[in-house]
Amino acid sequence: MNKYIFKRVIGIIPLLFAISLFTFVFINLIPSDPAEVALRLNKTPVITQELLEKTREDLGLNDPYWVRYLNWVTDAMKFDFGVSYVRPSRTVAQEIMTGLPNTLMLSGLSFVLVIVLSLPIGFFCAIYKDSWFDKLMRGFIFITTAMPAYWVGLMLMWIVSIKMALLPTSGNYEGFKSLILPSVTVALTYISTFIRLIRNNMIENMKEDYVLYANVRGLKQRNILLKHILRNSLHTCVVAIGMSIPQLISGTIVVENVFAWPGLGTLCIDSIFNRDYPIIQAYVLLIGVLFIVFNLLFDIIQVMIDPKLRRGME
Amino acid sequence: MVKRLLRHKPAVITLGIILFISLIGILAPVIAPNDPYKVDLINKFASPSFEMPFGGDQLGRCIYSRIIWGIRPTLGLAFITMIGTIGLGLIMGLIAGYFRVCDEIIMRIVDIMLAFPSQVMVFAVVALLGIDVRNVILANVFIKWAWYARMIRTNVMKYKEKNFINYSRVIGNSENFILLKHLLPSIASETAMLASLDIGWAIINISTLSFLGLGVQAPTPEWGAMLNEAKEVFIANPIQIIVPGVAIILVVSLFNLLGDYLRDALDPKEVM
Repeated sequence: MNKYIFKRVIGIIPLLFAISLFTFVFINLIPSDPAEVALRLNKTPVITQELLEKTREDLGLNDPYWVRYLNWVTDAMKFDFGVSYVRPSRTVAQEIMTGLPNTLMLSGLSFVLVIVLSLPIGFFCAIYKDSWFDKLMRGFIFITTAMPAYWVGLMLMWIVSIKMALLPTSGNYEGFKSLILPSVTVALTYISTFIRLIRNNMIENMKEDYVLYANVRGLKQRNILLKHILRNSLHTCVVAIGMSIPQLISGTIVVENVFAWPGLGTLCIDSIFNRDYPIIQAYVLLIGVLFIVFNLLFDIIQVMIDPKLRRGME
Repeated sequence: MVKRLLRHKPAVITLGIILFISLIGILAPVIAPNDPYKVDLINKFASPSFEMPFGGDQLGRCIYSRIIWGIRPTLGLAFITMIGTIGLGLIMGLIAGYFRVCDEIIMRIVDIMLAFPSQVMVFAVVALLGIDVRNVILANVFIKWAWYARMIRTNVMKYKEKNFINYSRVIGNSENFILLKHLLPSIASETAMLASLDIGWAIINISTLSFLGLGVQAPTPEWGAMLNEAKEVFIANPIQIIVPGVAIILVVSLFNLLGDYLRDALDPKEVM
C-alpha cells in the first residue's frame, strides 16, 4: 500500500513539471515586453533604450531560460506571482485571495446540492428502473446535458429574480440569498452526470453474483439494496465525485460571469480582456495543480476503500 | 457500415433533421425573411408579427432571420473544430499506433494533456493567442485532440494484428492500401460515433466563449453571441434569450441523440 502511494506521488512530478512549464512558457510567449511593462508600472515618464536594458538586467530577463524558470518556480511555490499589470498597487496573490473565498463558497454549495440531489435520485432511478420516475429523470438528464450553463443562469435569473422577484439578480450583496441562484446553476450542469453515473453503476451492480447469492440466502430486499448494492456503487461514485471537485471550482467561470459573482472566474475573464497576464498565469497554475492533487488523492482513496483493488496491489 | 446505419430508423430520422437544419443554414439568404444585420430602430423590441415571427431585438433586427443566419457560424464552427480535432488525433494516433514512431513520447504528451483541466485550458489558450474566432477553434482542438489520439491509437493497435490485415500484407498489398482500405474503415465507426457526440460539446463550448465575448463578435448572428447581446436587454424583451437558447438545446440534443443511435446502430453488442 505504502509502496503504491509512493509510486503515485512520484508519478505526479512530471505532471507538475509540465503544467508549470506550460504556464511559464505562456507568459514568455505574450507579445508585450516585461521590462517595458515593469517600467510603465513604476510610472517612468520616458522609457529609453538604456533604461530598458538596465531593467532587463535587474529583472533577470537576460539570464538563460532555465535560470528564469527556476526563479519563477521558487517564487510560485511561495505564492508570489508578481504584481497585476492593470492594478499595480495589488499583487497577483492578493487578487487571487480576494476571489478565492467567493469561488469556494459558490462551488461548495453547488457540491452539496449535487450530492444531496443526485444520490437519492440516482438511487431511486436504479431501483425503479423503467418506471415513470426513471423515465422522467432520463428526460431531465437528456435536456440538461444539452443546456449551456450560461443560458440556464439567464433563464433562472429571468424567472426567479425578475418575474417572481424572489432572489437578487447578481452580485453578492445579499449574503446567502445571492448565492442560491449561481450555485443552483453550477449544480444543474453536474447533477445529470452524477445521476447517470450512480444509476448505471447500481444497475450494473444488481447483475452481480453476490446479489443473486444474497437473494438466495433470503435476505431482505432493503438490506440487499442498502448494505450491498449501494455500498458497492458508492465506492466508484465517491471517487468520481471527489475527482470532480476541481472541475466544480473551475466550472464556475461561466456562471460567475453571468451573475457578476466576484470570484476567480470573473477575475480570470476580466484579466483576459485586460491582458493582465500574471493573473491568468496564476489562475491556470492554481487550477492545474488542484486538478493533479485531487486526482492523486482520490486515486489513493479509491484503492484504500476498495478491497478488490487493494488486493490487486499486494 | 452505411448499410447498418440505414437500417436503424431513428438514426436516419435524426440525421435527416440535422441535415435539414444544415440545409436551412446553407439556404439562409433565401429562407430568412429579413436582413439579419439591418438596424431599424422603429422595430426595436417589436412584438412577433408575420414579417418578424420572433419580433425585433434591441436594434430592431429580425430575431428569426438572425437565428436562421446563425445556423451557419454555430454549426460551421463546430464542424471545423471537430474536423481539426479528429484530423490531429488521427495523425497522432496513427503515428503512435501504426508506425510506432515516438509512441512513448506521444502517449506521455497525451497523458499530460488529459490530466489538464480542459475548461481552464481553453481560456488560457484564448488569452494567449488573443480574442478571435480562429483562436477559439485552435483552443478547442488543442484541448480535445488527445482524447482522439489515444482512442485511435488503441483501435489501431487492436486491428493491426488481426488476421485479415496480416493476410493482406502476406499477399503483397502495399502499406498504403492496407491503411486506407482495411485499417481506416475498421476504426471509422467508433470515431464517427464519438465525433457526433462531441459536436454537441463543441457547439456548447464555442457558444459559451462567444457569450463571454471571447469568440464570435457582436454583429455576427452566432447563437452564443446573440445571447451575449441579449443579456443586457432580456428584462425588456425575454424572447431574445429564449429563442437562441432553445435553438442551441435543440441542435445539441439532436447531436447527442445521433451519437446514442449511432452507437446502437454500429455496435449492436454494446448495450447502455
